Amino acid sequence: MALQSLDIKARSATTSPSPAVRGEVIKVAKLIDISKCIGCKACQVACMEWNDLRDEVGTNAGTYDNPRDLTDQSWTVMRFSEVEVQAGKLEWLIRKDGCMHCADPGCLKACPAPGAIVQYTNGIVDFHEENCIGCGYCITGCPFNVPRISKKDGKAYKCTLCSDRVGVGMEPACVKTCPTGAIVFGSKEDMIHHAEGRITDLKERGYKNAGLYDPSGVGGTHVMYVLQHADQPGLYANLPKDPSISAMVSLWKGVTKPLASFALGLAVFAGFFHYVTSGPNEVEDEEHTS
Amino acid sequence: MSEQVVTRYKVSERANHWVTAISFMLLAASGLALFHPAFFFLSNLLGGGTWSRILHPFIGVVMVVSFFIFATQLWKQNKITAADREWQKHFGDILRNKATQLPEIGKYNIGQKYLFWILVITIALLLVSGVVMWQPWFTPIFPVAVVRLASLLHAIAGFVVILVTIVHIYSAYWVKGTVRGMTRGTVTAAWAKHHHPAWYKEVSKGNR
Repeated sequence: MALQSLDIKARSATTSPSPAVRGEVIKVAKLIDISKCIGCKACQVACMEWNDLRDEVGTNAGTYDNPRDLTDQSWTVMRFSEVEVQAGKLEWLIRKDGCMHCADPGCLKACPAPGAIVQYTNGIVDFHEENCIGCGYCITGCPFNVPRISKKDGKAYKCTLCSDRVGVGMEPACVKTCPTGAIVFGSKEDMIHHAEGRITDLKERGYKNAGLYDPSGVGGTHVMYVLQHADQPGLYANLPKDPSISAMVSLWKGVTKPLASFALGLAVFAGFFHYVTSGPNEVEDEEHTS
Repeated sequence: MSEQVVTRYKVSERANHWVTAISFMLLAASGLALFHPAFFFLSNLLGGGTWSRILHPFIGVVMVVSFFIFATQLWKQNKITAADREWQKHFGDILRNKATQLPEIGKYNIGQKYLFWILVITIALLLVSGVVMWQPWFTPIFPVAVVRLASLLHAIAGFVVILVTIVHIYSAYWVKGTVRGMTRGTVTAAWAKHHHPAWYKEVSKGNR
């Protein structure tokens, strides 16, 4: 059941219009300023608390990444990268990973279950697990490797951008808790403006390639990063440089769908009309007697 | 008066054909349901979207096994011959029910042989790509690029199989006296003489 307080822009596997009586809605965005993140993981804890999730206790694998990866119970994970962009100058880059809330979401494009994935008019991409069939096509479609299928119920889960909070005028739980102000939330326009100030500041401090990560290949995202090294997003635990929906997925869930469906319908009609025009192919009588 | 008949399919061949056919119908319905929203209502056949997703791959394994056993029974008679190519030249006349003086062909015509080989290739492709897409067991093993390619190939191969099956079913209905070969196992001697003369000569020689 989609949130009734939010208008819907797109629904998975649905060809009819989505509910949208409310007119223009402000597009929202979460801005994560990596230069301000101290890796305290308060956002991970806030996410667990608000969404009532408890991941299994894992084991230490020699990094600060804990848990090691996104799961159905961990919708956001801090990824720690130690890099030397300039020789001898160690940098600790900590990226809060999770759903990017693409304007052109690959998960929604791939999803075959009607209404299992919705995109609200405000930009949030949300999974409605009661409609999910567990096929995993969302994982196949996602350019950021975000959705995870639960071993418990076979449904796909990911960050909702706290749609239930945003729908009643609150900011997401991770934003609320961030002690350094590295995560901020507001209209996308305001967040871009806020990022510009941060980028100017970073450039003054010597990060000449500082910039905003709002990749146009997926139509922009509603979760954006301020990166010290925006020219090399791969430094941040392999953040893709120019993500887009894979051509394979576009073909599979794009033109192939109507064309193949039309061709199958045409084949059935062709058979029917062949029969009513040419008639059955019967063995003639004289051959019976011969 | 008893009509003269010849045996076209043994019990084991008929059983394999119908296991393949029934599983194909369930696979096509559940596969189309996940292919285009216009077909999503077909997921109800297997009890909804989630049950379609769970059952489709298992039914697929059943179809692959029965189809390939069936294929080993039939492949020798599906080698394309010179007579078949000659027969193909009359295809337009055959479609218009106006064909005369056709070359003597064996148990299958070239259309049936194309169907056979297309099915062998596409069902093999569906098996391989289907295993890659099989959640939650196998998909996590493969890199996402492989899963994407498999998903596209599975859709294309599924489309081809459904398309040729529509032609297959229609042809059996259009050419009167054909269906009984697969339901009762026999066809009339007249049917055999008319449609597959070389095969008729061979089987009637063996019988006498």
